[in-house]
Amino acid sequence: MPKPKVALYWAASCGGCEITVVDIEAHILDVANAFDIVFWPCLMDFKVKDVEAIEDGGIFVTLFNGAIRNSEQEHLAKLLRRKSKVLVAFGSCAHEGCIPGLANVTNRDEIFKTVYHETVSTDNTKGVLPQPKTEVPEGVLEIPEFWNKVCALDQVVDVDYYVPGCPPQSNQVWAVLDHLIQGKPLPPKGSILGAGQKSCCDECPRVRKEKKLKRFYRTHEIIPNPDECLLDQGLLCMGPATRDGCGAKCVKVGIPCRGCYGPPPGSHDMGMKMISALSSVIDSEDPAEIDRIIATIADPVGTFYRFNLAHSILYRVQDDVKEKRP
Amino acid sequence: MPFEPKIVGFLCNWCSYTGADLAGVSRIKWPPNVRPIRVMCSGRIDPTFIVKAFREGADGVLVSGCHPGDCHYYQGNYKALRRYHLLRRVLEQFGIHPDRLMLTWVSAAEGERWAKVTNEITERVRKLGPLHLKD
Repeated sequence: MPKPKVALYWAASCGGCEITVVDIEAHILDVANAFDIVFWPCLMDFKVKDVEAIEDGGIFVTLFNGAIRNSEQEHLAKLLRRKSKVLVAFGSCAHEGCIPGLANVTNRDEIFKTVYHETVSTDNTKGVLPQPKTEVPEGVLEIPEFWNKVCALDQVVDVDYYVPGCPPQSNQVWAVLDHLIQGKPLPPKGSILGAGQKSCCDECPRVRKEKKLKRFYRTHEIIPNPDECLLDQGLLCMGPATRDGCGAKCVKVGIPCRGCYGPPPGSHDMGMKMISALSSVIDSEDPAEIDRIIATIADPVGTFYRFNLAHSILYRVQDDVKEKRP
Repeated sequence: MPFEPKIVGFLCNWCSYTGADLAGVSRIKWPPNVRPIRVMCSGRIDPTFIVKAFREGADGVLVSGCHPGDCHYYQGNYKALRRYHLLRRVLEQFGIHPDRLMLTWVSAAEGERWAKVTNEITERVRKLGPLHLKD
């Protein structure tokens, strides 16, 4: 019996999700034994036409990492969706936009202006901008069209499962792959795999007290006590609004949770959950003082939505307020 | 047709909803632009509800609870107050005019005041115009 086929692809991503798959160490041989890897451009030489040649539904599972922000990534997402029985949004970018999704605070024109005109290292005297089609004597050259916004994978195609994390932790990746290798029954569609059912605070070993905050600190401003809750100490820890499953790695070494595992069960919008959580710990009933305390949060949207912006309810900055304010 | 703002009002059960009810039985006129939704406490209003209202077509959102010190649950309205201040800042960063969100206190005895605040937010949002959220 031929081995089931598996594919891995990357769209708008950094490559960390590919590394985390290799990070399962010797287990990668078990994966190679159990599956026939048919597409993995990061590690092996395949062409898109190889995938096109596979019959629809011929790939058992595709692990897709990266957000979608241009026409080529959209094409590959749709192609792999058609060819795969199971499509997994693998890693935070595919799950909810992640760091690339922060581009949704601006738009294509502004990004092009910065990248192709304004940065000090740009040497573009002719003011050339990338065009999807360019005519040259030899014919027409095409490059992918850049989108005005960044999308998570499930905003473009139907997704079966999600593996959160930036990147997903390798032990969790192996747990998911092992489940597939052993041929165990698949969980209900839409399940979040390789993560827990509670919040990051549940895994955090730090001691929590009743929180009362008169100001917030950025990480470089204080040296936190190694045993106490970071939020208690005024550091903006996203733990209360983040799903568990990572083993609370960051908080164990004194770095506040950034929120890469996405919102906990029952929530889709981490930023709004974080507003709720912080409003319970700010120690004031006076509007002017509340504003002063809130002013110590440097960048609320960038902090609360570091990983979740493209998948949040508002998902991009609007132009209801014309003048830009910091 | 002239623009009629759509406003979602989240009212606490103990003060503001009863206050709005009093405005009704006292036959005080207040603008039908505000669609009241009763919740048990202003502290129950998750900011998610508010942005979801904006996403689904509201031009403005009104949150109304008991006066400070009068909360049926002791301090739910203070929680609402802190959420409101933080949410306003986030809305502004999102490029949504923070004045589309209003927090107010209306007691069960203040039918007149309910009419006043609903008029106030309706006129405020009417001036701001319709909220068109981009895709």
